[in-house]
Amino acid sequence: MARKKRASKKQSTSTAEVRQSTVQGLLKDLGGSIYSDLDEGRFPSLTLASRSVRNIVYDKKLQQFVLGPTTVRKTSGNIKHIRPFTQLVWLAYFAKKLVDEKRTSTLRDVFYSAQAFNVEFQDQAESDELITDLEVLMQMAREGMNIYPEERSAIFGNMTIEYTVPGYEGKTADLSANPDGVMIGPALTTAEFRDTDAEMVLAIEKGGLFTRFTEERVHQKYKAILINTAGQPPRSTRYLIRRLNQELGLPVGILCDADPWGAHIAMVIRSGSANAAHLRELTTPNAVWLGVWASDIQKYKLPSDKLTEVDIKRLYELKADPRYTERMWHEELETFLKYKRKSEQEAFARYGLSYIVDTYLPEKLELMKST
Amino acid sequence: MSSKTTFAEISPSEFFYRNRDLAGFTNPARALYMAVRELVENSLDSAEMAGITPDIYVRIVAENSNPEIPDPKPYRLSVTDNGTGVAPQHVPSAFGKVFYGSKYVLRQSRGMFGMGGTMAILYGQITTNRPVTITTSPDGKRRYGFQMMIDIGENRPTVLKRFNSDANGTTGTRVDIVLEGDYLRASQKIGDYFKQTALVASYANLTFVDPLGQVTFYERATTSMPVPPKETLPHPYGVDVEAFKRIVKLSEEHDMKSFMVTHFHRVGEKIAMKFLEFAGVSPKLPPKRLNANQIVAVVDALQRFPDFLQPDAAVLSPIGKDILQTGINKELQPEFSTVVSRPPSSYSGFPFLVEVGVAYGGKILQPGVKLFRFANRIPLLYDESSDVSFEVLNEEVDWRRYHVPQDAPVGVITHICSTRIPYKTVGKEYIADRPEIQREIRNAAREALRQLGIFLSRKGSMEAVQRKMNIYGKYLPLIAQFSTELAGKKNQPNYHALIGEGGETVEEEEAAAEAELEQAPAEEGEDIGKKEESEQETIDKYGGS
Repeated sequence: MARKKRASKKQSTSTAEVRQSTVQGLLKDLGGSIYSDLDEGRFPSLTLASRSVRNIVYDKKLQQFVLGPTTVRKTSGNIKHIRPFTQLVWLAYFAKKLVDEKRTSTLRDVFYSAQAFNVEFQDQAESDELITDLEVLMQMAREGMNIYPEERSAIFGNMTIEYTVPGYEGKTADLSANPDGVMIGPALTTAEFRDTDAEMVLAIEKGGLFTRFTEERVHQKYKAILINTAGQPPRSTRYLIRRLNQELGLPVGILCDADPWGAHIAMVIRSGSANAAHLRELTTPNAVWLGVWASDIQKYKLPSDKLTEVDIKRLYELKADPRYTERMWHEELETFLKYKRKSEQEAFARYGLSYIVDTYLPEKLELMKST
Repeated sequence: MSSKTTFAEISPSEFFYRNRDLAGFTNPARALYMAVRELVENSLDSAEMAGITPDIYVRIVAENSNPEIPDPKPYRLSVTDNGTGVAPQHVPSAFGKVFYGSKYVLRQSRGMFGMGGTMAILYGQITTNRPVTITTSPDGKRRYGFQMMIDIGENRPTVLKRFNSDANGTTGTRVDIVLEGDYLRASQKIGDYFKQTALVASYANLTFVDPLGQVTFYERATTSMPVPPKETLPHPYGVDVEAFKRIVKLSEEHDMKSFMVTHFHRVGEKIAMKFLEFAGVSPKLPPKRLNANQIVAVVDALQRFPDFLQPDAAVLSPIGKDILQTGINKELQPEFSTVVSRPPSSYSGFPFLVEVGVAYGGKILQPGVKLFRFANRIPLLYDESSDVSFEVLNEEVDWRRYHVPQDAPVGVITHICSTRIPYKTVGKEYIADRPEIQREIRNAAREALRQLGIFLSRKGSMEAVQRKMNIYGKYLPLIAQFSTELAGKKNQPNYHALIGEGGETVEEEEAAAEAELEQAPAEEGEDIGKKEESEQETIDKYGGS
């Protein structure tokens, strides 16, 4: 009940407002520096942290990748840089409009919107890249500037949320109302958490198991909020998981396939990705990888497939990753390499559809409590 | 001596009849082209020597009007000019005898053997057995007409008919010949010939009517004409034993000193004395007393004596920078053109002078380097790859050095004028690679290309500046607009000065490239440079060209 109380506090409403005015302030500062450069007869330039591989370093304290001290200077005085420079300024301008008007835009929308302003991008990869530059410059995730990727993740559980997006302010939604879950989009990501009896969050890699869990009423049996990450979770989903963890103090467990790719989904939820080394607030360091582990394949005698060469190559890459030095993670990688087998979450179905919920999950949840 | 006997047995006409391939009358196509060329050159010479801006009218008509008759077939070629005309008493010999005519003297003119026109007439006669018709008016009052054939065995004209008429105030000559030709296969070369002649003789009006009745008119672009060349004495370097003997025979001087001064080009008393001392011949010796051995020794000394002055350029008649450039601009309509005129030089005692033009871009030049070769203002259209100019451009010029991109549309015009062009054959189509001539072409081409290189790099940097202006002009206002909105300002910042200002690198790179070109030596080797300086001096001193 303590959690419930805490959730009902109006704390996060103010964070949303604070967030908005922070973004507005940062964008105004950015515009101001460019404006005064121009006004004083200088070619405007911007300095931001380099995103080159050599400047991405692992921060043990934060348990995530961060950008090192190297910076790059983007100047409009260079004939080769003036176009991307203009596009970057346009992106800031576009973000300001989004934030001011409390509207959101997908990455695809951004790509197309540029055309109306005569700063068109060659392809979406180019606009995505510059959006990342803007994130680095602002030291803020694009979601903070109301720019989102296409959504595919979903959430389900006993919780009421209150929207803050324009036109829906104050409206609430019950996340258990739809058995397919509610899509985690901009509206949900910025919504305030209202009422919940949840005691944990379970992030699940695949829609199949997510549906199994809702059908098996895991949200009631274990008081869990279920999240379908649909593969590697988008940033907004990671951000939402973090908020559930930080704002509501809910422990987070992660279930994914027993292969290097599944393991890395769990790792990214915990420690973020190298691609987002310039961002904070996307990680949930105390999230727990519940399974399916390499060792579970033996322990539960799961049907398994041989690891492919690509899988093995990926395992060696992960072994070299500083985030995998923790003993448990390291041992699981070694186990994969030892047996060279992998299994999917669905493999538990050989013991019956409810086995994973009735037998496997409780054993794993014990583990989560102990950590 | 036996070969000399052989020559004596046949007339020059017969010699050329037997060796017409040498003169370029190889086949009906080439012969038609050669006939056009020889007659047009004679006409141009006739006008130019008198300082008249030439008007030349050329017409080729099939003798039989039935177009179904395939080539080769008889064509009537008529060439009309507005030159000085020929005095009636000289007409039979001038047109009907090989080695007769105004050209057998030492000065630069288009023809060299004085037989080009006669060859055309001869060729017409042997292929069609038809007489040549010549009408000419030296005074503009009467026009004298001749119909004649050449007696090949006797090297003698046979006049069949004379007819006179009123000249209506126009001077000049018209020649009509009937010859077997292949117009279908010659048309390309004949067309090229007119185009290139129009390029080099930009002061001439040329009209050509082809067998289909199509008229091509090349209008003159200037009325200024090259200074006509002066006749000159032979230069000592160019005299061989036979020539020397002939000069001795004609001479009236009583001592070697005045003989040298009177009969040789640019030999004064001082040089004559110095030379005779060098040759070991007494200045007082009467020339006719020289024995055979002495003649050989003197001629040998003529070749070796180092202090003869370079030939006077006045005997040469270069096209001139302006006239040539006018012609290039008229016929090629390039984006850029330049002409480099070298100071006179000499090979084996023959003065020569090289002019090189370079044209770039425009609508007419196609990608790649096109070479236009001229010798004494005659376009050379055959055997390009054997020519000295071709060799220089292909083997001795490093095009990259002049920033000329591959496949750039470039025209190179080379003109060599000399009292004797060292053709490799009597057909006069390509020039031998004499080292002196090669050197002059190379230096002129390099200088002209250097100027093209400067033009190209300026053009490049101007384009770069313009491109930059366009880019800044596009993006800076956008940056201004967006930043104004971001900063929440009312008015746009004052950024306009920045548009004209450039960024960093591009211009500096261009400037550096240009500086490098300015420094690139146009000529090779110090010694050559020095030599040319001294040549230039002597010419100034003697008031040449």
